[in-house]
Amino acid sequence: MSEAIAANRTILVVGGGISGLTTAIEAAEAGADVLLVERNPYLGGRVAQLNKYFPKLCPPSCGLEINFRRIKANPRVKVFTMTEVSGIAGEEGNFQVTLKTSPRYVNERCTACGKCAEACEAEVANPFNFGMDRMKAAYLPHDMAFPLRYVVDPSVLGTPDQKRIVDACAYGAVDFDMQARNVTLTVGSIVWATGWDPYEAGNLHAYGFGTFPNVITNMMIERLAAVGGPTKGRIVRPSDGKEAKNVAIIHCAGSRDEFHLPFCSRICCMAALKEAQFVREQYPDSKVTLYYIDIRALDTLEDFYVKVKNDPNVTFIKSKVAAIQQDEATGDLILQGENTTARERYLNRHDLVVLATGMNPTTAREKVPVEVVTDQYGFVAADSGRPGIHAAGCARGPLDVAAAVQQSTAAALKAIQSISRR
Amino acid sequence: MDKKTGVYLCSGCGIGEAVDIAKLEALAAKEGKAQAVRTHAFLCGPEGVDLIKKDIAGEGINAVVIGACSPRVNTDVFSFGAALIERANLREHVAWCQTPNTEDTQALAHDYLRMSLVRMQKTDSPTPYLAEDFARSVLVIGGGITGMTSALEAAEAGTDVVLVEKSPALGGTAAKLHKQTPARAPYRDPEDTGVREAIRRVMEHPRIKVHTGAEVANTKGGPCLFDVTIRKGSETIEERIGAIVMATGAKPYDPAKLGDLGYGLSPDVITMEACEAMAQKGKIVRPSDGKEVQRAAFVLCAGSRDEKHLPYCSAYCCGAAMKQAVYLREQNKDASIYLVYDEIRTPGQLEEFYRRVQQDGGMFIKGKVSGVKEEPGKRLSLEVTEALLGSSPAVIGDLDLVVLATGLVPNAGGDNGGVLHLEYRQGPELPTHKYGFPDSHFICFPYETRRTGIYTAGTVRRPMGIAAAREDAAGAALKAIQAIEMTTRGAAVHPRAGDLTYPEFAMQGCTQCKRCTEECPFGAINEDEKANPILVATRCRRCGTCMGACPQRIISFKNYSVDMIGSMLKSIDVPSEEEEKPRILVFACENDAYPALDMAGINRIQMNPHVRIIPVRCLGSVNLVWISDAMSKGFDGIMLMGCRHGDDYQCHFIKGSEIASVRLSKIAETLSRMALESERVRQEAISIMDFRRAPEILSAFAESLQAFGPNPMKGF
Repeated sequence: MSEAIAANRTILVVGGGISGLTTAIEAAEAGADVLLVERNPYLGGRVAQLNKYFPKLCPPSCGLEINFRRIKANPRVKVFTMTEVSGIAGEEGNFQVTLKTSPRYVNERCTACGKCAEACEAEVANPFNFGMDRMKAAYLPHDMAFPLRYVVDPSVLGTPDQKRIVDACAYGAVDFDMQARNVTLTVGSIVWATGWDPYEAGNLHAYGFGTFPNVITNMMIERLAAVGGPTKGRIVRPSDGKEAKNVAIIHCAGSRDEFHLPFCSRICCMAALKEAQFVREQYPDSKVTLYYIDIRALDTLEDFYVKVKNDPNVTFIKSKVAAIQQDEATGDLILQGENTTARERYLNRHDLVVLATGMNPTTAREKVPVEVVTDQYGFVAADSGRPGIHAAGCARGPLDVAAAVQQSTAAALKAIQSISRR
Repeated sequence: MDKKTGVYLCSGCGIGEAVDIAKLEALAAKEGKAQAVRTHAFLCGPEGVDLIKKDIAGEGINAVVIGACSPRVNTDVFSFGAALIERANLREHVAWCQTPNTEDTQALAHDYLRMSLVRMQKTDSPTPYLAEDFARSVLVIGGGITGMTSALEAAEAGTDVVLVEKSPALGGTAAKLHKQTPARAPYRDPEDTGVREAIRRVMEHPRIKVHTGAEVANTKGGPCLFDVTIRKGSETIEERIGAIVMATGAKPYDPAKLGDLGYGLSPDVITMEACEAMAQKGKIVRPSDGKEVQRAAFVLCAGSRDEKHLPYCSAYCCGAAMKQAVYLREQNKDASIYLVYDEIRTPGQLEEFYRRVQQDGGMFIKGKVSGVKEEPGKRLSLEVTEALLGSSPAVIGDLDLVVLATGLVPNAGGDNGGVLHLEYRQGPELPTHKYGFPDSHFICFPYETRRTGIYTAGTVRRPMGIAAAREDAAGAALKAIQAIEMTTRGAAVHPRAGDLTYPEFAMQGCTQCKRCTEECPFGAINEDEKANPILVATRCRRCGTCMGACPQRIISFKNYSVDMIGSMLKSIDVPSEEEEKPRILVFACENDAYPALDMAGINRIQMNPHVRIIPVRCLGSVNLVWISDAMSKGFDGIMLMGCRHGDDYQCHFIKGSEIASVRLSKIAETLSRMALESERVRQEAISIMDFRRAPEILSAFAESLQAFGPNPMKGF
């Protein structure tokens, strides 16, 4: 593979979410050779898990489909899934990068016919749906997965399922001899686009996430509302499957908070307004209450805020919720706090609570394997301090999709400059 | 080209269990007159692919029809150099969504194979549109921080740049700023704007040609063939340009309209621009008497988020006001600074700056300014309806200075004499969205404008601060370089990136009806004085809307034409009325509806067996003659499945699905002439995630058609 490409003219893009995907394709269409590596068995990252985008309420798969088609049509982009970068050495124009690929146990002979999943009896928690359902241990990661290829969970190794899966495949695509592989390659420039993790809601002790089943996160309600999600799109309570018609969304859950994430994650206000729409569209008689500090509907996104504000069944309460209690009998949640505009205390009952948690940079948890400049939160600085290494998207700061795409397009140019200088 | 056709069928993935492959082979040989017909149980595997390769090498097969999985998968596997490829979707659209081994399923497979064979007959390899004199340089309009950054970023990647700035000097709005809001960790202090450094680098850069005091007087042509006339005083400069970045910025909202907020009442009610100018000169003072500022108030959202003024948020003003609060506190540590706000919007890391200003004594008051008064002694007072502190209005008095944080209005060319002056049939400037921003409507593709090869950046396209504008500038520069890269290869840019086909006009049939020139969503077609269409090929995005528009059917692509699709639908076997097997034709947008129908197959959702699906580039490319052809052929119903249109449109070609619906609204007359009910033809908005809904819609449509009985044209 690497022989075919002038190695030092190749750009390595780390992370196959919307940012990395964009950098890779935009650079390739401008004439550069690109290696795109992604840890998951599929591309699309966080946006693939979203039900719809704000403010148009359109599905992310629509844009992803176009991007995947651009990849399919462009031999300059090489994609490596289930792959991480474990080492970086060298300098701009001549980096040696070590890529570690985990075994998928399914090779390129897979036709995605699905016989392995039919044959497999074991089930595992489905990480794509945040563990809200289970899936076969031989699985397609999600409905729109690209590449369209199955994966086998390592837990089946040594179990009777191993033979069942092998026997079920008519194409010799299952290979349990696959091992983790390390490859070292030379590239000219690196774009780091490893995105974000949802802030750990369990850290918000007053809100009972993990203890009260009907307290969920914003990313979880995206999956609940999605037609490919654990409930096929029905927004129901995890505790009893009851339709969620009296929903609270708590803004800034762990954000703008020096004990958690001191910064503002920018997208959560708009996402909350959007998720309120999911509920309102699904159940015309539903009520949604938004507990907020400031509504950050930047630029023309203001229109979407105005639209949601005009819905009489959506209530805005300016308040930081102090605590949540669960009504043991019903599974309802009682929210306690002070409404700062009405200047009164409240005890409000809801049947589902959504925590609008923020974006923790993945680089805070897993550092770039070479020293780069980061800020106090772990986001990589615009000037990484290492010529040839550029960061893009939410590795740089909390961004919405349009801004992440802009910045990733800019990063594609920075990377092209890096390889042109050599 | 002389085609030698090979048909390769896959019996794997359940296809062999669902249909009788031998019958398909016979069809390929007899009806398709294929020179080679082969079946393999694993066609996408190395052995299957070798089979095809061998025939190409040994038998001279150059037209390969694959009857296997969806054309959306294995694109790279079934790709054989110069050989033409057509795909019949026997897996997702037959084996995976139909009852195996029924007469209906077999008939469906036959029809899909027939259509692919016809498609192969009618297709040809494209000859890319190439010109001798393609230019590779980028024109940047606007010499502010965005334009300069675009110019520098493009030049650093090895591109020649022409930079045009209207005023006598570079620098734009940012040059009038003392500092910018923090963009670097720890995000606590205002920073240098970087303007002076940018001006120096632009002036020194060997690849950047700067024209100040100059404007674009005229732009004609298209990507890589733009002929731009630049007027500089009495001088006229002509440049051949590859692509354009429009970075003309924004201007502050006119404060004269804010009399309610005290503007004009006293010289001490000023805008942020005036405050910035004083800071840049060294000190912010009371304009009325030059005295020290002890007490000042900032009115945020002054004329913003207000239906009477600017309904949108300008995104940068909260941070900018805080920055000026810092200036005032730095020059006078005892100064009292009030910031009256509705919502504080300091996204991302800028929150830390907000925190700093709060810690530094900035007094934030949530409320609405309901009045501004001049007190005796020339000092000012603000009446604030306070949201947080009480119901009766509070008064902030004894103010030396009131600063109005006004929003941004884009310089998109509409109201200030124009920017681009395009010689385009569809008008001289970029079409704008609501509020006058020529922004992209797309979340995933924020650089896509409706004029190919022209990209906007910075505050002209949406309100933003300096740091965001500089990123945007680099992104737009990349898109400009990319447009040049693609165009010089004869390839389309987004969303059909790499497509080498383009529409060709058989002009002898043209009736000068202007439909193509009016309907092209990208303004790619000009007109001569006799109203003949003139395609500017490098502007074309290959959606085929012109082809759909043409009543004379004179517009064709090498691999996509009115005749091709018409012949495909005519190749479908429509059973006679007695057989009681209806036929429904679906034109499915290949971007969203077709993938959704594939997903239905992948999820093994049953589909109505009487439906025949033809993918189209965009519903805009659907020519009404296909509808009448299909009705004459005896189809009982026709459905167009494509993207949502209207305010939140999803059509990747912007106008395609909307134009299709307009055309369709006029078809009732044609149908009644054929004595057919207009309900037989429908358009449905389908998104890519509608894979459960789409089959239901088709079943419901089939059911509704029963009320009309069979199409009486069957068998004619």
